[in-house]
Amino acid sequence: MEIFGVPTALLGSQLLVGLINGSFYAVLSLGLAIIFGLLNIINFAHGAQYMMGAFIAWLALTKFEVNYWVALIAAPLLVGLLGVLLERTMLRKLYKLDHLYGLLLTFGLALIIEGIFRDQFGISGESYEVPEALSGGIHLGFMFLPLYRAWVVVASLTVCFGTWFMIEKTRLGAYLRAGTENPQIVQALGINVPLLITFTYGYGVALAAFAGVLAAPVFQVNPLMGSNLIIVVFAVVVIGGMGSILGSIVTGIGLGLVEGLTKVFYPEASAVVVFVIMVIVLLVRPAGLFGKA
Amino acid sequence: MNSPAQPSALIKTEVLYTGLFVVGLLAPFAVYPTFLMKLFCFALFASAFNLLLGFAGLLSFGHAAFLGTAGYVCGLLVRDSGVSPEVGILAGTVSAGLLGWLFGILAIRRTGIYFAMITLALAQMVYFLVLQVPATGGEDGLQGVPRGHLFGFIDLSDNIAMYYLVYAVFSLGFFLIYRTIHSPFGQILKAIRENEPRAVSLGYDVAKFKLLAFVISASLAGLAGATKTLVFQLASLSDVHWHTSGEVVLMTLLGGLGTILGPAVGSATIVSLQNELADKVGSWVTVIMGAIFVACVLAFRRGIVGEIQALIQRAGIR
Repeated sequence: MEIFGVPTALLGSQLLVGLINGSFYAVLSLGLAIIFGLLNIINFAHGAQYMMGAFIAWLALTKFEVNYWVALIAAPLLVGLLGVLLERTMLRKLYKLDHLYGLLLTFGLALIIEGIFRDQFGISGESYEVPEALSGGIHLGFMFLPLYRAWVVVASLTVCFGTWFMIEKTRLGAYLRAGTENPQIVQALGINVPLLITFTYGYGVALAAFAGVLAAPVFQVNPLMGSNLIIVVFAVVVIGGMGSILGSIVTGIGLGLVEGLTKVFYPEASAVVVFVIMVIVLLVRPAGLFGKA
Repeated sequence: MNSPAQPSALIKTEVLYTGLFVVGLLAPFAVYPTFLMKLFCFALFASAFNLLLGFAGLLSFGHAAFLGTAGYVCGLLVRDSGVSPEVGILAGTVSAGLLGWLFGILAIRRTGIYFAMITLALAQMVYFLVLQVPATGGEDGLQGVPRGHLFGFIDLSDNIAMYYLVYAVFSLGFFLIYRTIHSPFGQILKAIRENEPRAVSLGYDVAKFKLLAFVISASLAGLAGATKTLVFQLASLSDVHWHTSGEVVLMTLLGGLGTILGPAVGSATIVSLQNELADKVGSWVTVIMGAIFVACVLAFRRGIVGEIQALIQRAGIR
């Protein structure tokens, strides 16, 4: 079977790769958007925190024989706690300053985290076995679907929509949305905004670590895995605009798919296609697809 | 800086700059020239960056693209087309300026954090292009660029001759930046940084000013990059990497954002530090750079020169 002269098996597998990348874009840009909404900073350390999630999972398995499922819960908690610590001790001091200082601080933090991991583990990368329950795959007739990859997509989407539900439909989410609109008034109404901010940063960072654990069996676990990804995610954020939660999810997945298709039809451009789309969006709709002008 | 400078202060500034200029002229006889050349290339790079962030308030996280592109253009022309070094440097500068114009028209559509992210993403695109285009040598970079003869008769393979070219380029670039900052154009940039809506309401075409500042900054960053390629006879992939974009932010921040001498002082500090540490601590260099970043942002936002200025002012009041 062929579509546009491309075998469907190839098309299917590249679309799957695109879907997986898109899921990571979605989870990461969602975390960035939530943090940005309340803290008004762009968390440059997001990629490093994603990498930490993957490394914690790898370390847990190889050094302490802690399995994948425990790591999937524990790594986000650990990295989230570290995030809480960073927010309480450092980020907090910058809220009254220009927002660019938050970007610079988290950039410095990213360098520190990345440097430490590079010193400890080198840059060659470690491989992480697919957990037993998810090894193997199913023949769909036109292509082979590895179970783990299907799980990555399902798990990412579940977390994304869970987050969306929490923000749009619960009381905590209502506080969060109100805090994004006007923190002073929310504080005046007796809600502990500083605590809300700390929690938000911790949660956004935990999302990054969660994506990192999911990514560990798909990609090599490597100290540089985050920084290469995060710049693409920045482009995704510019394309989608950070105004809407659903917007980040849709943009993330959509761009992953476009990237997958590019790999099939014009592989040379696959590394830059997201940036090219960013340029077009900036020309046509500078505020981003889902952004408020 | 906001009040008109006193005549005595002006004389002091002149003495300071003349003194520094003389020190620069004599320096290669006391310090290893290659180290000095690297230092001046980065000092010009950081000063060009500071023009944008320190005076127009625009944080570009993609300045490595200009440094690197100019380096590759200059290197390719000098090595493969056999043009003379001064033409190579000029071509590199112009190409960086053009790239700056392209980046600029896209990035100034957004402000603040988005501006930083857009420039970073565009620079990453340049990085991938450099990596993939066959002419640039991919991972190996562009090696074996000859220094050639300046104007056809000055042999640049002599380190002292090369040093004076670098020094002349730096002085010229620095003077241009100094003039730009102290021109009416520079005043309008500051007005935009302080209060953009008010600048708009006063009738200034803010987008045009920002774009021009971006192009000037990119061109001068390119001037530094093209010169650097001649010094090291090499254009490497790390010149276009985002690490370099981050480094120039750090140099400027450490030296003193929005001060005139700050970026040069900051780059001197960072380049010396890297030279000292490179073979001693290995990959901890990155950690140390990150720690300086964090320290600067949290506790040392005025930078070295900014702190000295504040000290002098306090002493002056007493």
